[in-house]
This record gives sequence, C-alpha cells and structure tokens, in this order.
Amino acid sequence: MLLFVAATMLLVMLIAIVRALLGPTIYDRILAVNLFGTKTVLLIAVLGFLFGRPEFLDIALIYALINFISVIAVLRYFEYGSSTDGTRENS
Amino acid sequence: MLEQGNIVSHICLLVGAFLILSGGLGILRFPDFFTRMHAAGITETLAATLIIVGLMIIAGWGIVQLKLFFILLFVMITSPTASHALAKSALHGGLQPKVKNVVDGDSP
Amino acid sequence: MKHILSTAFVLSIFWLANSGHYSVLLLALGAISVALVVFIAHQMDVVDHESQPFQLYGINLAKYFLWLIGKIVSSNFQVVKLVWQGKPAISPCVGWVALSQKTEVGKVIYANSITLTPGTVAMNLDDDRVFIHALTRQSLAEVVSGEMDRRVTAVER
Repeated sequence: MLLFVAATMLLVMLIAIVRALLGPTIYDRILAVNLFGTKTVLLIAVLGFLFGRPEFLDIALIYALINFISVIAVLRYFEYGSSTDGTRENS
Repeated sequence: MLEQGNIVSHICLLVGAFLILSGGLGILRFPDFFTRMHAAGITETLAATLIIVGLMIIAGWGIVQLKLFFILLFVMITSPTASHALAKSALHGGLQPKVKNVVDGDSP
Repeated sequence: MKHILSTAFVLSIFWLANSGHYSVLLLALGAISVALVVFIAHQMDVVDHESQPFQLYGINLAKYFLWLIGKIVSSNFQVVKLVWQGKPAISPCVGWVALSQKTEVGKVIYANSITLTPGTVAMNLDDDRVFIHALTRQSLAEVVSGEMDRRVTAVER
C-alpha cells in the first residue's frame, strides 16, 4: 500500500514538472513548483515508513518550512523585482 | 518495515492517493492559472491530511505520530498563505482570470 | 509580556517534543535557541495579540474548526468531481463579497478559511470586503450566502 502511494505521488510530481515546463505564465510554474514541494514533503514521510526509518520525518518537517519560504521569496521577487514603475502596495 | 496498520489506515492512504491524482489531473486539465490553483488546493488540504492520518495510524502512539502531526499543522497553516500570495501576486502582475460567459478579448 | 512567555513556552514544548534526547548539553542548546528566537521575534515586533490571539480561544473557536473541517471535506469532493468532469463543468467567476468581522485577526481567519476550502480563493482583502475567485458559480454563491462569515464573527466575540 505504501509503495502504491509513493508511486502515485511520483506520477503526480511528474505531472507537476510537465506543467512547470508548459507554463504558460510564470505563476503556473511557481504553482507547479509549490505543488511539487508539498508532494516531496509527503513522499519523504511515506518513504521513511517504507524503509522503516521514521527519522526521515525531521527532514520532511524542515522541507515543509523551506518550501513555503522559498515560494514566498520567489513571489516577492516576481511581484516587485520585475515591475519597473516602482509602485508598492501593502501585502 | 512490515506493512502494519489496519483497514482504516489503508483506506485513508488509498483515498489520499486518489485525491492527489485528481489534483494532478486538475493541474493538467484546467484552462487557466486561477482554476489550476483550486486543483492544487485539493492536494494540499484533504489529500495531505488523509495520507498523514494514515501514516499516523500505522505509526501508533509516540513521538513519530507527534512529528507527523506537526508536518500536517505546517502544511495546513502555510498552504492557504502560499495560495493567497500566489493569487494576489498573479493579479498584481496583470494576469486576468478567465470568466465564463463573458466575452474577453485578451488571451495571453 | 504574557505573549513573550507563551511564545517561549510553545517553542520549548516544540523543542522537547521533537528532540527526544534529554542530555544537559542538548537541553542547554535548546534553551539558547528558544531565547534567541524569542529575542529575534520580539525585535521584529511580531509577538503580540495577533500571533498569540488569547482573546479568541474558547468553545466557539473549537466549534468553528469542527465545522470548517466538515466544509473542507465536502468541498474537496465537489472539486474532485469537477476535475474528473473536465472543462465543461466549471464556470469560473470572480466577485467582491462583504465581510462583517471587526478585528484584523477575524478578517484574516475568514480569508484564510475561504482559501483553505477548495473551489474558492481569497485574492484581495479590503476593510469591509474580500475579492474571491471561485471555480463555479455555486461555490461563489455559497460564500455570498454568508454562513462562514457569520460563524467567524461569532468566534470573535
């Protein structure tokens, strides 16, 4: 059962990569990367159980946080970094 | 690890895998960015919850279960924030949502 | 002050629960990390009634979370059905919806709840309204009907 879940997740991660490559906008790509990251967290947790090494969960925990922070950071860059008029609004 | 856990955990994992697959399919099938975001929302709420609950049942009472609970908590807290930031940023970046039954001339 | 203490308490519990090793060295390192994080958070001015909303804790919040979980489950299955039916089944739409919460925390809880239920995403937040993108007209109409709004407002009191 765990193997099946891990295989499904790998398939969905493949779909996310396809979407990231297809685009068409930059936001589609960020969305796909975010989805990929969330699935990675779950995949690490499932693999930890599959290999009988629950210590993997610590890595999953850290990865969940890093994934969130990186998505926010990349969004900040594209929201304010690429605009030339310099307008800012509270977020 | 030997496959432990009972029928409940297997059902949770199976339904979770199905929901994740549906979310992935939605990412591929839906027509524009904003609708794809809803599909991604499935995989981050109920699917993640079901898979982690399934693992929690297999793990049994202990520190592993607590760590799984923390992962679930982080995913549940961060995913709406990330979705909101993504939507707001897309809107701010000039991406117009496609609305049905309204004639819109701009196609990116 | 009580917010600082409660932040330190939560962080200590988190460290103790995740560490699993209780030697003097590791406990000392844990204490130092907690102190450092609380200090940095205090400098960033994020330790206040918004990150530690004591005023909201109560039976109403617990009731709201239970209702929200049921809501998330039902709307998940709706969206899954739409995914398998494909493009013809969806009717994406956007709209401003009024909200009745008085405090900032209440508004954020409401907007986050909207985003957390699949099918609707809160895209922008004003003083008294929220901008929503919905996957179908029905899900937008459900938000407009204001049941979630009333429940979040009930948590505030």
